[in-house]
Amino acid sequence: MNKNRMTLYWLAIGTAALALSGCGGNKPAETTSAPGANAPGGKTVDPATAGEITGTVKLEGTPPKMKAINMAAEPACTKARTSPGMSEEVVTGEGGDLANVVVYVKSGAEGYSFPTPTTPVKIDQQGCQYHPHVLALEVGQNLDVVNSDQTTHNIHPVPKDNREWNESQPPGAAPIDKSFARAEVAIPVKCNVHPWMKAYIAVLSNPYFQVTGKDGAFDLKNLPPGTYTLVAWHELYAPSEQMVTIGPKETKTVNFTFKATAAGD
Amino acid sequence: MHTAENSALHRYAVFTACATFVLLIAGALVTSNDAGLSIPDWPLAYGSLTPPMVGGIRYEFTHRVIAACVGLLTVGLAAWLWRSETRPWMRWLGLAALGGVISQAILGGLTVRMIQPPPVSAAHATLAQLFFSTVVAIAIFTSQWWRANGPAFEDTGTPKLRSLTVWTGAAVFLQLILGAAFRHKGFGIVPHLVGAVVVTALVFLTASALKRRFPGAQPLRGCARALHALIGLQLLLGAGAWWSRQYGAQFPQPFPVTVTLTVVHTVMGALMLAATVVTALLVYRLVRAEAGTLMARSSAEAERAA
Repeated sequence: MNKNRMTLYWLAIGTAALALSGCGGNKPAETTSAPGANAPGGKTVDPATAGEITGTVKLEGTPPKMKAINMAAEPACTKARTSPGMSEEVVTGEGGDLANVVVYVKSGAEGYSFPTPTTPVKIDQQGCQYHPHVLALEVGQNLDVVNSDQTTHNIHPVPKDNREWNESQPPGAAPIDKSFARAEVAIPVKCNVHPWMKAYIAVLSNPYFQVTGKDGAFDLKNLPPGTYTLVAWHELYAPSEQMVTIGPKETKTVNFTFKATAAGD
Repeated sequence: MHTAENSALHRYAVFTACATFVLLIAGALVTSNDAGLSIPDWPLAYGSLTPPMVGGIRYEFTHRVIAACVGLLTVGLAAWLWRSETRPWMRWLGLAALGGVISQAILGGLTVRMIQPPPVSAAHATLAQLFFSTVVAIAIFTSQWWRANGPAFEDTGTPKLRSLTVWTGAAVFLQLILGAAFRHKGFGIVPHLVGAVVVTALVFLTASALKRRFPGAQPLRGCARALHALIGLQLLLGAGAWWSRQYGAQFPQPFPVTVTLTVVHTVMGALMLAATVVTALLVYRLVRAEAGTLMARSSAEAERAA
């Protein structure tokens, strides 16, 4: 009886080990899907009638003070920097212009098809922070992950709708090339080696998007005439939406304002 | 009879329990520093046995090394029990501990390779605490005290302490599952808060009953004092951990106050479970079963003998 029990016991361990060996490494590739936009075989945009939406994103009120990051335990991080690292949740320019806001067309561009850009978007790990802090790219567009630091990082996006992955990148390693199969705004990215490192990747299903700089400005070009829902997304504040209609060759200005007291303050 | 070998085995079991406690601290540090995925591969680390010891890798790799040591200690414990124990159920308990540590290693590997699915990570965290209690129980069973003592007290109160201690232990274990699920983003905080109310009530009920019914039983009074102290401390730590989690969210991570409070809260949870297990074992050892149960058992034994 004891022999039988031992056999069963080892069988259970073996099964679990087999299950483990099959996990993680070779997940099937995702199929690209972006419902409601970038329809294959859809219309192409006529540049002769295309218009433009421009604007500025501002923060009303006193912006929260960004905190210094303590990297003292990581000499490779501090050596790579000329100034102390600061958190980047709220970065403002003059007059409350708000940076790191993804402004994008949420709806209205359905029925058009857009070629996937062939130029990759780059995210660099430098001084143990991500550069840029917020980036946007299209579904299927390549993301190049670069490590300019003399220390090891792991890059770990935590998506809701895309496949999660986690890869290490030692100093001097070749760039990691990735792409995302589904539209998602925005995917948090973290480094578990250096937990203060945070970035966001917005994956869009059309080319009408821009991430604001310190001047808070955006400019969405080559839009066919129509009515669009425009969204401004910021990591700390609730997204803001506006409807805008543009006619042939028309340029419209749309401004967004977030309130500093509304969140996180 | 308590031989020199029995004493050595008991000391070895105590040492394994202490090593497991250190492992629990190391594991809690990994989670609180969000370092669980700082090494993306398993069983190797960055394809080798000597990964670069920077940042979160230090926590994760140290955890793996201590886990390997505890694994080896458990192999030794199971083998020793199998070879020298005269009580068959103790031999099997040693094998159960070995099964626990192997399962724990597999769950740890799965949590890395499957990128921390909440059920797997929560199971890894919970099994750790169960394994610790198992090793603590083995340490008690191998002690001279356990062999030298037998039922000496009558439980005249209601509910019976034999049942109450088991229910309290089960409630603490369930609460640890809820806590692990919250920590690993499987549930929100509400189930864990409800669990805290239930556990507090049961612990107070058990500790008060122990003090009231057995004022002369020093080990049981000690258990009652330990339960009171641990639950009080645990409630304070839980509240502190929650507050620091909210307050610390605005700071770059890891926020040291949050790390400290959550690690101590997690480890105290393991001690709480071990304390309820020890209490239940001592009650079963020192308090006589109900007369009805004893009579039923005697009749069954008589029938078997016939």
